[in-house]
Amino acid sequence: MTSYFNEMYQGKSVRVPYARLQDWMNSMPAELRQMKQAEAEALFRRIGITFAVYGEGGDPDRLIPFDMFPRVFSGAEWAKLERGIKQRARALNAFLVDVYGRGEIVRAGRIPARLVYLNEAYEKAVVGFVPPKGVYSHIVGIDLVRTGPDEFFVLEDNCRTPSGVSYMLENREIMMRMFPDLFRENRIEPVDSYPEILRRTLASVAPMKCDREPTVVILTPGHFNSAYYEHSFLADLMGVELVEGQDLFVEGEFVFMRTTEGPRRVDVIYRRLDDAYIDPLCFRPDSMLGVPGLMDVYRSGGVSICSAPGAGVADDKAVYTYVPEMIRFYLGEEPILNNVPTWQCGKDDDCKYVLSHLNELVVKEVHGSGGYGMLVGPKATRDQVEMFRGRITANPHNYIAQPTLALSTTPTFVAEGIAPRHVDLRPYCLVGERIELVPGGLTRVALTEGSLVVNSSQGGGVKDTWVLAE
Amino acid sequence: MLSRTADNLYWLARYLERAETSARLLEVGARIALMPSAAGYRNEWESLLHASGTANGFAKKYGDAVQRNLESWFFFDTDNASSVMSCITAARENGRIVRTALTTQVWDALNTAFQELRQLERRPRSELDLSTLTDWTMRNTALVRGSIDATLLRNDGWDFLNLGYYLERADNTARLMDVKYYVLLPRLEFVGSGLDNYQWTTLLRAMSSHRAFHWAYGGEVTAAKIAHFLILNPQCPRSLITCVEGMTSHLDRLSRGYQRKTFAQDRARSLQAELAELRVEDIFEEGLHEFLSRFIGDMARAGSVIRDCYLNGDVR
Amino acid sequence: MLLTVDHVTRYFYDQPVRGVVQSHRLMPSQCAGQKVLKWKVSVSDGQMGGGFRDGAGDWVQGWTVLGPVNEITVHVTGQVDTVDQAGVLRGHKELTPPDAYLRKTHPTDADTGLAALADGLTTAKDALSAAHDISARVSDAIVYTPDTTNAHTTAAEALAQGTGVCQDQAHAVIAVCRHIGLPARYVSGYLLVGIDGAAHDAAHAWAEVFIAGLGWVGFDPANRCCPDDRYIRLGSGLDSLHAAMIRGIARGQGEESLDVSVTVQAAQTQSQTQQ
Repeated sequence: MTSYFNEMYQGKSVRVPYARLQDWMNSMPAELRQMKQAEAEALFRRIGITFAVYGEGGDPDRLIPFDMFPRVFSGAEWAKLERGIKQRARALNAFLVDVYGRGEIVRAGRIPARLVYLNEAYEKAVVGFVPPKGVYSHIVGIDLVRTGPDEFFVLEDNCRTPSGVSYMLENREIMMRMFPDLFRENRIEPVDSYPEILRRTLASVAPMKCDREPTVVILTPGHFNSAYYEHSFLADLMGVELVEGQDLFVEGEFVFMRTTEGPRRVDVIYRRLDDAYIDPLCFRPDSMLGVPGLMDVYRSGGVSICSAPGAGVADDKAVYTYVPEMIRFYLGEEPILNNVPTWQCGKDDDCKYVLSHLNELVVKEVHGSGGYGMLVGPKATRDQVEMFRGRITANPHNYIAQPTLALSTTPTFVAEGIAPRHVDLRPYCLVGERIELVPGGLTRVALTEGSLVVNSSQGGGVKDTWVLAE
Repeated sequence: MLSRTADNLYWLARYLERAETSARLLEVGARIALMPSAAGYRNEWESLLHASGTANGFAKKYGDAVQRNLESWFFFDTDNASSVMSCITAARENGRIVRTALTTQVWDALNTAFQELRQLERRPRSELDLSTLTDWTMRNTALVRGSIDATLLRNDGWDFLNLGYYLERADNTARLMDVKYYVLLPRLEFVGSGLDNYQWTTLLRAMSSHRAFHWAYGGEVTAAKIAHFLILNPQCPRSLITCVEGMTSHLDRLSRGYQRKTFAQDRARSLQAELAELRVEDIFEEGLHEFLSRFIGDMARAGSVIRDCYLNGDVR
Repeated sequence: MLLTVDHVTRYFYDQPVRGVVQSHRLMPSQCAGQKVLKWKVSVSDGQMGGGFRDGAGDWVQGWTVLGPVNEITVHVTGQVDTVDQAGVLRGHKELTPPDAYLRKTHPTDADTGLAALADGLTTAKDALSAAHDISARVSDAIVYTPDTTNAHTTAAEALAQGTGVCQDQAHAVIAVCRHIGLPARYVSGYLLVGIDGAAHDAAHAWAEVFIAGLGWVGFDPANRCCPDDRYIRLGSGLDSLHAAMIRGIARGQGEESLDVSVTVQAAQTQSQTQQ
């Protein structure tokens, strides 16, 4: 039986960050808890947060369960995480500028050329382009798990358009409304500056040809997209327009939006649309969601696109293995946050090991997301294991494997009362002229007992994430 | 403001008003159907279907014009693009797209209407009589309208919402009158008959205006008085002149706010000037049906001018 | 050789369209053996947009036309002094790593038929002769026959029917080369036709293959040769779509039709007689 690190209890004693929550928890009888839970749900429904985390599909009108028991970090714990996350975000951006430039890391033999240049996310169309401030990935979502008091692992990086940040903000908003006393008793770092920092970050990467206060917009695939709520929520809080591709057009050297008062120039586009769809003249010719001619304007310095097209090559699961190498290569530092040891089935030795240890490992598709296309060895049936054995043998390059991590748990309200459930963490690091991180993030929790899969499509919920002021 | 946002707001209002019209049409039909049938009458329900422009769709789906089916058709049926269900769904979807341009109150009212309607739909039809359905519609559209008036910022978005309301309402008033005059009344010799008056009264009721009418005019119900009331009287909230005045004033607000005039202002102003000088005799001289057809055409053109000047995204 | 180019592309719309946006690869490459004396691209009613040199060394130029228009004309005229480089692309500045041209695309995906064209060939000993062999085999297997394929035909389809045009042949060479691990790409340009009565297509396309130690080398299966001083190179890409001289899109309901005329002439004799 694996033992799991419980973030609240150390043996019988309560760990310091959670000290004040003990009383709160005990002071809440079941009826009050249920009432509060219903109140929270009504609030979520009322504001209309019903969206799935990006790429997870599912019913767009579904609510992701919200667990009221907060997840807490001490200031010291967070300080280390923050340094590690920022370090990683810098290295990932340095890598992107490099592989679309001279490719020094490849020439130096620190990462295989094929892994980068044959990667589907490697965009030939941006080779030779250095985006403003040398930033490709402006919002880096880094998925972390914890296995001990001081042991954190990076599970994956999200360099394109990590979603879920609206949950971070709404979870906090709802907790403050429902339990104001908690916020008086605990000194909790605020997260509500996120939209303003995001706007500032985006404005700081205005294009070369922009000689005025930049106009920022959010580009959404449209109101049928499962994350539409998040897009409109962010646009509203940032005070910028939420546009669809059809609202934008290229004229001459610039991009404009169609307004009731005529064309208005747009300088920075925070797109929530995949590369393939943003410009039918450069990528998929059949895309109706994008803006024809956008890439020509982008590359000639008339508009900025965030994240920059091509950023995806840094968050590929096979490239992930090399992030510690990137940190050493570009920054000359040792990684502060660990990678999960990863076997690449594309390597013969690794593949052999994986195939003979399928029962112990987690196997993932290189390009998969959202907990689909994944084998959790210790929990899998014999058939599932055999199915994956077949798939890996047929296409080894498409798979990586990792040890089953003993994800930490935090107390969570469940039907029977309070019980430990496994959690992960996604903080959102903003990269522009400066690198900033609001103290908090999205904590996802596996609500099913014993489950290690926190994805909302697989029965996961969310929690408010606290960082205590020192 | 984004042209598409303005367009969504404009259509949000148009759909809400249209939902109301479908409910009113249903009410007119039901009341007229209560009259004893006279030989040679066309089936009133058929007439209403023709008036709403959905007769073919109905015939294909239901065949005979039985009241129960008509209730479904005008109320719940999503195959009918003008049904209350279709309109409320479309209004709510337009609202969801521009959620951030609305206040919580407006969104709440709109979203609640949509959710309730979906629950109504699940109830056995036998529990729902017609007045429940029409009352529900009036109440909910009024709630949204009220939240808009009470809470929304008076910016350009508010103008586009109101343009949608007034344009749709003018069109609907004209159509309802035309139904009465041209479609419902079987033969010319019925003009001035008891049937004629009964139908006019029904129409006024359907527009929630019969009391207002009596206060304003008193005495006998005549076609001339009603035409005056519904076309030329600026006190009547649904009269054509009220709607055109509303459009003009919102277009003027837009031109002031944007500091630029468009063809839309000219268009609305000339329509308003025409109505202001018109006497009810002129209308009957031209022929009520002819006048109404012309007006409906004018409104359609006004709508397309507004689209070209503000909504279609090609504004320079 | 002094080559003059006159290339007119007309787009017609049966209903006026609200606007047109285009992205051009219409400037001659900056490389050895290609000296541009005059070059002009114009777009009727067009506004020149952003332009840049991409990672593959091509000049990409955006254009927009504000509608309503029924017709637009893209006119390219110019004069280039060319010198035969035996097919080798020299003095061409580019940053894109050759490995990036190993990626499959839909029209250049090698099926078993295409893979079979590589039988017995390896890159290990002599990549250059392998590439020559592949080009020759493609010329035999896909016989140049106009109007038997369209813009969307894949290399595999062309091979299956045994006929095609320069686009199909170039796609096939690319597919087979990539199949044996040779980076390959699609090149669009102009060709002086008619000197020996055999050359095809004045607006032309061929393949380039990356040979370690030598660089990018052109192969023209349509004319069974390597590009020489009759060729003007414009741009390259993973396949015909990505190397297209003009990519464009119109906003509106109008149905588009197209008329292209290209004249490439050797100007030497003419300029001599004029003196």
